[in-house]
Amino acid sequence: MHHRLKRFGPPLLLISPTIVLVGVFVYGLIAVNVNTSLTDRHTRAPAEGYVGLENYQALFSDDTFLFSLRNLLLYTAAFLAGALFFGFLWAWLLERGARGEGIFRTIYLFPMAVSFIASGVVWRWLLNNAQGDRASGLNRLLGSLGLDFLQTSWWTHERWGILAIAMPAVWQLSGYIMALFLAGFRGVPDELREAARMDGASEWRMYRHVVFPQLSPVALSAIIIIGHMSLKVFDLIMAIAGQSNYTTQVPATQMWIEFTRSDYALSAAIGTVMLLIVAVLIVPYLVATYRQERSR
Amino acid sequence: MRITRRVGAALVATALLSVAACGGGGGSGSGEGEVEVFTWWAEGSEKEGLDALVGVFEEQNPDLEFVNGAVAGGAGSEAKNVLASRLQTNDPPGTFQAHAGAELTDYIVQDDIEPISDMYEEKGWNELFPEGLLEQLDQDGEIYSVPSNIHRANVVWANPAVLQKAGVDPEATYASLDEWFAALDKVEASGAIPLSIATDWTQVHLLETVLLADLGEEAYNGLWDGSTDWGSAEVTAALEDYAKLLEYTNSDRQSLDWPDATQLVIDGKAGFNVMGDWAEAAFATQDKEFGTDYVTFPVPGTDGVFDFLADSFTMPVGAPNPGATEAWLDTVASAEGQTAFNKAKGSIPANTEADTSDFGPYQQTAIESFQQDAIVSSLAHGAAASVSWLTDITAAVSKFGSTGDVAGLQEGLVSAAEQHLES
Repeated sequence: MHHRLKRFGPPLLLISPTIVLVGVFVYGLIAVNVNTSLTDRHTRAPAEGYVGLENYQALFSDDTFLFSLRNLLLYTAAFLAGALFFGFLWAWLLERGARGEGIFRTIYLFPMAVSFIASGVVWRWLLNNAQGDRASGLNRLLGSLGLDFLQTSWWTHERWGILAIAMPAVWQLSGYIMALFLAGFRGVPDELREAARMDGASEWRMYRHVVFPQLSPVALSAIIIIGHMSLKVFDLIMAIAGQSNYTTQVPATQMWIEFTRSDYALSAAIGTVMLLIVAVLIVPYLVATYRQERSR
Repeated sequence: MRITRRVGAALVATALLSVAACGGGGGSGSGEGEVEVFTWWAEGSEKEGLDALVGVFEEQNPDLEFVNGAVAGGAGSEAKNVLASRLQTNDPPGTFQAHAGAELTDYIVQDDIEPISDMYEEKGWNELFPEGLLEQLDQDGEIYSVPSNIHRANVVWANPAVLQKAGVDPEATYASLDEWFAALDKVEASGAIPLSIATDWTQVHLLETVLLADLGEEAYNGLWDGSTDWGSAEVTAALEDYAKLLEYTNSDRQSLDWPDATQLVIDGKAGFNVMGDWAEAAFATQDKEFGTDYVTFPVPGTDGVFDFLADSFTMPVGAPNPGATEAWLDTVASAEGQTAFNKAKGSIPANTEADTSDFGPYQQTAIESFQQDAIVSSLAHGAAASVSWLTDITAAVSKFGSTGDVAGLQEGLVSAAEQHLES
């Protein structure tokens, strides 16, 4: 007994603050949130009772909420596709031995250091939807290039406005994805490439059959990282379009609106839905990683 | 021994961590002789107004100390969130700012603020403020706040140079929206933006003045107590007028806030702008001359009606120092306080005895209308409907801004009214 305490005591003691803090402030508060979402607490006054899943029913019969779920899906798809495409492309170009790699790496990685709010303020101007004489930002650029027909209403477009919000997100995170892939490329041993070349594989076939397959864990991590960021998008939309703008509604902005008008039950319900959506993405990943580590 | 010492160190570290994690809470607790005034007046003409008011307060109450509890950001929305959490933890400030009228409903329902009708009686404030205003402040027979200033929402700001270029007489007045449409058409033909507008809340602001113009004062008031049907044909007609007005506006409205929209008029890029009379400060600070560089008139169809909103101060339940709060409210209501505050802020005094002789020319016209006109409550600024109702209306208006679907807008407004009138 004494021996065991000696062995497990100090480490347990060292991690106990973390366990307590995470237990209270993450899992405890998730439980409180779920609990609130099942009550009728629609004002600042304490809840009067439980209403079961009524708040969730209200949400899923609300057109605006369905619209914001659809927006979230579109945004995530565009953000993922864009960031993975550019990240992979740049990494591959650098890997092929582009000159001035250090400079390019820095340039591509820099946007990530800027907060979404700060870049959002700039993109708000870049994506201004005024056209013709009063155009500014990208529309002005298109106008002065004689490409007036390409001027669009950006994020105020009734159906696809949310895709314009994905542009700054892609711009900011592609560099990070590039760094991930670059590390992946560098992790492929030279022996494997040489062996492929010895066997007479062309450069393309060497990449296609030897290097790319080894990048799939990196790609998976990239998808998880971008995916969970994208599902929580809030700051970028607040900075560019503001909270009440209809075309760019997502669950997080709706949660904020409900919260600021003290409809705590409904905002808690939206929070729970968001948590579930992220869990759908993260939990399988965690399970897979855990299994991998155990089989090692 | 070595191990125990290590364990001890770990224990100390744990304790320190949890202290750090739990710290930072706790109330500030105003002591004797202090009044914490909670506002969102942190910059610009609002800050100047508050400073002027504080000057009068300190003169009248040399023993009391003013503590500035201003929270900046988001046109007051940050402050309201901070306030909500403070009220929830029973740590109310000495007094807080709120728009007079329906915006107070939430605080009243939660028992956050005290009724102060007795104070009105005792101090004779009922004679200081105009009757029409007192009626709008009345919530089920009680008054809960002291108005510090009055703004008018139904004002059109116009640039005479732009109008002349378009062949529109800058001195013309318009009896109805239809007459105004003709002028807007001419401005459009001249190449300028006929009517400048900004983001969602300014659209709600425009909608409210259109409803007032088309429905008239009585039916407009009825919208807020359920006696006017939101689904009626009259409302549909008003919404169609609103839709038509929106067609005259700048396409980049969602990217702008009200100062940008007003600036379009100042810069001669737009003919008209509908905005509350805080816009006066924007013209004044750029040295524009009232009557030559800009003209104003009530939104067509609303002549003789004063669409009011007012900032006001409350007596929170459990205020740390009620005596000091009362002294603050006294200053707010006083003629000296109102003169100093409003002259700096660009609004007009609610107190009819306040000296307004050296107020600007626009303010003089507003003072005159306020005394003569019928007074109605503004929707977009919290006087007519509760915060929650306004949120739903804003969502419907924002949706309409991108879909252009009048029937959908009306449906949204009807369901919002149903939800909030019954509760």
